[in-house]
Amino acid sequence: MERIPILRMGAFLLVTIQVDMYDRLAMNLQEDLTNKIVEVGARGVLIDISSLDIVDSFIGRMISSISTMSKILDAQTVVVGMQPAVAITLVELGLSLPGVRTALNVEKGMALLQGLVQQSMIPIEASEGDEEKRDGSSEE
Amino acid sequence: MVVQKSETLSLTTHTDIVLARQKARQWAIELGFRLIDQTKIVTATSELARNTVDYGGGGVMRLEVIKDGMRNGFRLTFEDEGPGIPDINLALQDGYTTGNGMGLGLSGSKRLMDDMTISSAPGQGTQISIVRWK
Repeated sequence: MERIPILRMGAFLLVTIQVDMYDRLAMNLQEDLTNKIVEVGARGVLIDISSLDIVDSFIGRMISSISTMSKILDAQTVVVGMQPAVAITLVELGLSLPGVRTALNVEKGMALLQGLVQQSMIPIEASEGDEEKRDGSSEE
Repeated sequence: MVVQKSETLSLTTHTDIVLARQKARQWAIELGFRLIDQTKIVTATSELARNTVDYGGGGVMRLEVIKDGMRNGFRLTFEDEGPGIPDINLALQDGYTTGNGMGLGLSGSKRLMDDMTISSAPGQGTQISIVRWK
């Protein structure tokens, strides 16, 4: 069965979609990617769609779900390389890819991913700080 | 309206959807549509072909080059003998779906094309035509 390869780069997974997506392939990718995130403890996923010449509602939904599933598994997703004609068509179709982070190219996507992963580590410290503050104010 | 060229493709499996997209792209290029229009046509084709396969239980896609007076157009017709659409106006609303999709297939395809005609009734199958004029 045809599958889209998933490359590992440190804490990140890299997926380049280069074939014409069909439904079974999209479902396989969701499954493989979520398994891989758990297997290697990935913190981020970069999906390069620069070779995709269309994104219809099915593929759009797949991208949205991958992003949501990754988030639940504590990994951030960034989609890069969308062609301008694809972006225009997506919006007219009525798809806005809610919750999906995008970047223009792989380089910018990697930078964004690194930032997101660092950011996602901060809230734990911040919430501890909040707790101290709350304790302090209750004493007053 | 004169049909200048016509071809029919069967739509049964999800791989046929890919073939339908490729065929639509090839015709759109031959007709001289710009990249953005090609993308819109192919995207609408993908949505409607999927509807034919998923909801209509399979069917056919007909590609036609049409001429209406001075203007040339690309018409794609999707036909199935499935359960049909009971309420077309409802089916055309954004977000309305009977399956597990997002309900953008019909309404979105209409926005991407110049014309869309739907003829369907429960038990009568569905015929949807979309046209993009040059």
